[in-house]
Amino acid sequence: MTNQLITADLVAIDLAATTKDDVIEVLAERLAAAGRVTDGETFAADVRAREAQTPTGLPGQVGLPHAKSDAVLTPSLAVATVPGGVDFSCPDGPATLVFLIAAPAMGDNVHLQILAKLARKLMSAEFMESVRGAADAETLAAIVTEAVSA
Amino acid sequence: MRFVAVTSCPTGIAHTYMAAEALEQTGKAQGHEVTVETQGSIGSEPLDPATIAAADGVIFAADLEVKERERFAGLPSVDVGVKRAVHEPAVVLAEAVAAVEAAASAPAAERPVAAPAARPQSASGATKVRQWLMTGVSHMIPFVAAGGILIALSFMLAQVAWGGAEGAVEVTSADASAVFASFDPLSLQHWAVVLNATGGLAFGFLVPVLSGYIAYAIADRPGLVPGFVGGAAAGLVGAGFLGGLVTGFAAGFVALWISRWKVAKGVRGIMPVVVIPLLSSLVIGVLMLVVLGRPIAAAMDGLTSWLGGLQGASILLLGALLGAMMGFDLGGPVNKVAYTFGVTGLATVGLAPDAPQYKVMAAVMLAGMVAPLALALATVVRPRLFTEVERENGKAAWLLGASFISEGAIPFAAADPWRVIVASTVGSAVTGAVSMGMGVTLVAPHGGVWVLPLVGNAFGFVVAVLAGVVVACALVVLLKQTRKVPAAAAAVAGAEA
Repeated sequence: MTNQLITADLVAIDLAATTKDDVIEVLAERLAAAGRVTDGETFAADVRAREAQTPTGLPGQVGLPHAKSDAVLTPSLAVATVPGGVDFSCPDGPATLVFLIAAPAMGDNVHLQILAKLARKLMSAEFMESVRGAADAETLAAIVTEAVSA
Repeated sequence: MRFVAVTSCPTGIAHTYMAAEALEQTGKAQGHEVTVETQGSIGSEPLDPATIAAADGVIFAADLEVKERERFAGLPSVDVGVKRAVHEPAVVLAEAVAAVEAAASAPAAERPVAAPAARPQSASGATKVRQWLMTGVSHMIPFVAAGGILIALSFMLAQVAWGGAEGAVEVTSADASAVFASFDPLSLQHWAVVLNATGGLAFGFLVPVLSGYIAYAIADRPGLVPGFVGGAAAGLVGAGFLGGLVTGFAAGFVALWISRWKVAKGVRGIMPVVVIPLLSSLVIGVLMLVVLGRPIAAAMDGLTSWLGGLQGASILLLGALLGAMMGFDLGGPVNKVAYTFGVTGLATVGLAPDAPQYKVMAAVMLAGMVAPLALALATVVRPRLFTEVERENGKAAWLLGASFISEGAIPFAAADPWRVIVASTVGSAVTGAVSMGMGVTLVAPHGGVWVLPLVGNAFGFVVAVLAGVVVACALVVLLKQTRKVPAAAAAVAGAEA
């Protein structure tokens, strides 16, 4: 199912990273390995460029790096939990949960709408709690998939 | 309270929607109704004009330029940036509530555009056409201003540089490329030529920008390319601004139609960058160059020679009619029709300094200054006839009128419509007729007394405005004195309410 935004191989549980660039790189490589972006390096560079404009840390220790990029083939989401925390300039401390959103430079509306739905979900405390509570990659991917298809 | 909000962010995929969700949810929790327009990468679903009309205030949580911001004119607003709406929506809402309350207690003069009933109930066909047209006109006006003022300055310089009225002719016939090649910063003649050329370049964009942004208003981004191309084509065949209006609307609808085609998935990706601009430009180019161009060019010539042929009574009548239209609804649709007629006239290529188009522009602008000035004057000569709030408004109206902002009279018209409108219409008509009769000319589209140095016949400018202001002021005083309830009593009640 290529329509799915996220699969278990795009989830990194308990990642031992120390900087946000590390996290972005690891997740970008996973997207490349899954064939969702053409080149992890290019995509990571686009994400860093967006991050340089304004850091994407959200309240609740969440990092939300994202980019629209020519390298993206399929709109996708990759997630990492980082128990040690990395700095995303969140208002309340280092980010321990990171969502990386990959949007194609020119997507059709259906796919972009799924991303918009995901963005809205990120504002729901309930949704975030269940994501953080996910025991493994499969569960986390399933929670997200269900949330955006509901 | 009821709020409308606009959210946008640089990439248009995440914060735009998070901010929308945060504002909606927080609003719900606090008992406010928040309706959000997300200007993200999925395009935007515009807010229903009825929703905007019913709103108490507007929240701009936008990191990009808010599209069609003029829809929210007059609403109390807060401008917070998208990030704050995501991080602290409760604080943002509290600020918005405070802004609404502050606006409610402020004197009406500080929000002249917030007149009741000025907002359409729903976007009917005519309203939409006017909005599309005004999008084009409003993008064109800065080009007219830049180009017109540069050319006027160039003529003024040229008269000094060549020593006499012949300068205006000399500067246009000078070999511009030779001047650029050997520019002498100490030569006034060279400066005049450079200013003239720069102004001419700005003028060259008028019709394409008009056409392009009408199409943009109709079809969003897909409309831009065929709109601009069509406008340029209209210029090429001599169809001028009338042609530009036609190509703007045609390009908008063609682009809109093509962008709604159901196409195979593989083609969908190249629709916005290749297919829509290619096909729509082709259609519009053929339409203007081959089919419509010549008849419209003929109509343009007809209009120009009709204006040029007007003499005596008919030129006064045209001035009076345009003036009456300017004064009738103070910035509303009738006013905008007259104003558009004036501004688009400026876009005619190759006008003589005393061309009728410049006289029309002068008549239109001077008439538009009358209503606020006349009411300001009336609050001074007969303060008893006005409420406390209106007298305060009067002070602001001096400045608004002098700057050609007809809307300065709206607070008066809203309080006492027919007396104010009758006076304003008659006074503005007098100004229009006097201005045309005395041959006042203006090359700038806006500015009131601040563009006086650019006006041909400054004496006529002053006489025309004074005549209309005196007539309108006398009429409004006369009409208000026939009123049965003295305003002073109402004023006390109004101030205490």
